[in-house]
Amino acid sequence: MTAATLPGAETLPKASPDRRMQSWRNWGLLLLAPYVIVFALFVAYPVGYALWVAHHPQSYVDLASDPIFFRSLWNTLLFIVIGVNLKMVVALYLSGFFANTRPWIRWLSVLFILPWAVPSIPTILSFRFMLNPEWGVINQLIFKLTFEDGPNWLNNPTIALSLSVLVHIWKSLPFWTLILLAGRLAIPSDLYEAASVDGANNWQKFRFVTWPSMATLYLTCLLLSMIWTLGDFNSVYLLTGGGPADLTHVLATLGIRYIRLDRVDLAMATIVTALPFVLPLVYIMMKRFSK
Amino acid sequence: MTTALNWRAIGQEAKLILIAIPVALWTLIPIYHLLLFAISKKDTAFSGNLWPTHPTLSNFGTVFRQEHYFLNNFWLQFWNSVFIATMTGALVLLIATFAAFAISRLKARGGRFVMNLALFTYFIPAAFLAVPMYRTMGLYGLLNSQWALILAMVAIASPYAIWVLKQASDKLPQELDEAAIMDGASPMQLFRLVYLPLMVPSLVAIGTYAILLAWNEYLYAFLLLSKDTSLTLPVALGNFLAADDSPWELLMTTGLIYALPPAAIYYAFRKYMVSGLTAGAVKS
Repeated sequence: MTAATLPGAETLPKASPDRRMQSWRNWGLLLLAPYVIVFALFVAYPVGYALWVAHHPQSYVDLASDPIFFRSLWNTLLFIVIGVNLKMVVALYLSGFFANTRPWIRWLSVLFILPWAVPSIPTILSFRFMLNPEWGVINQLIFKLTFEDGPNWLNNPTIALSLSVLVHIWKSLPFWTLILLAGRLAIPSDLYEAASVDGANNWQKFRFVTWPSMATLYLTCLLLSMIWTLGDFNSVYLLTGGGPADLTHVLATLGIRYIRLDRVDLAMATIVTALPFVLPLVYIMMKRFSK
Repeated sequence: MTTALNWRAIGQEAKLILIAIPVALWTLIPIYHLLLFAISKKDTAFSGNLWPTHPTLSNFGTVFRQEHYFLNNFWLQFWNSVFIATMTGALVLLIATFAAFAISRLKARGGRFVMNLALFTYFIPAAFLAVPMYRTMGLYGLLNSQWALILAMVAIASPYAIWVLKQASDKLPQELDEAAIMDGASPMQLFRLVYLPLMVPSLVAIGTYAILLAWNEYLYAFLLLSKDTSLTLPVALGNFLAADDSPWELLMTTGLIYALPPAAIYYAFRKYMVSGLTAGAVKS
């Protein structure tokens, strides 16, 4: 073997294999140390501290007596169950669209990634101004067409929350479409050719070729998106600010609301109440990813 | 026969275009609206026009010359964003490359455990970690220091970085290490002379990932920084909302300026980013 003669290497003393193994092990520990320190100081300690602060039952009594808390739980559930499923079904459908090989579709896909490639703040603020009841372009259009004032979009909790879900979908749809597209492109094309020969229509091709190959990937993406959507602070906070009357909060923004109210124990307790849902999902994901 | 085929092809194309139009509108309208505001004076921006009637670049001049009290610290805040993103990128690269090398090549004891810790952190929603992080940064006396944000971003970006770099290192042939060992190389020589040069594409992807993550971060920046002079751009943008008479056209202009660098970086490194990200998720 002639590969890799390292400059200066020949001058090193040749250590015995045992001692060298030992020194390599030590180097390994030394190189792991920076991350372990970061983890200990900025993940493990904060989490432990949060659990300690939130261990007092009184915090949960206070939390349960705040009507905003249950409203936020319900909103979070709607966000996760309706929002994420809607997003993933659309992403699955669009991944089929982008799997068509045409130059103009490739161009469209480059544009399609934009919402994901640009930071969320400016675009969410752009949404917010479009929805402004007086000056926003949507209500001005409604007025020009119908001579009537449009609704005050963000002043209605149901509409405001739905719009937050839409903003969330707008932002993260490209990412999941790309992932599912990669999964689709990995399906061998002769499977489709065989299906065509057998006279399968598009739906049958999807049902019997695409879906069986992609079901696992789809489920992984769905679960992962559910966990991450729980942490989507921006789509709600920057569009509605949790309002009107704190009725559009989700768990991610509720914690911050309690910090503002100087109730850190409630903020921590909010997070703890989400753990029974988050931890099993995290466990499933870790199993899938550490293979 | 041929005409029938042609008609089918045209029908197929028409169907694709019917999907493409709503997709394009959905994607572009908020971004177009942002652009429209950035090139309009306040009165035209607020009149609900769908296209620029009197396009002007004067908003950019106002922002660059910091001629509004919301913008007094624009350049400083721009620099803060650059500084925090760059430091995060550098630290994440350093920490994650060391860890991936130790786990994948040196087979460090406890490597698997550390990998699981990292994965655990990666899957926990970042907003949930924000509240405890805010408290602990206070205990460490780091609140209002930009290092609080940098360290928080490092803690959040490193797990994914380690995971991707470990996957990439596992693919490097074992013979390289063996050859280096035969030549009596030390672990650090192996790292510097063999490992790093082979890992360049993944390092570019991960550096970009960490920089974009820190540049785009709103929640942590908003919690951990409060002085006007230490804010990053997204927090400054969020602060515009505090006033009823916000200068929206300037807000959108600043937002556009803020959005351009990450979009440019993303498109420049798109190949690395997409393959790196999808390779991870598709594995299942």
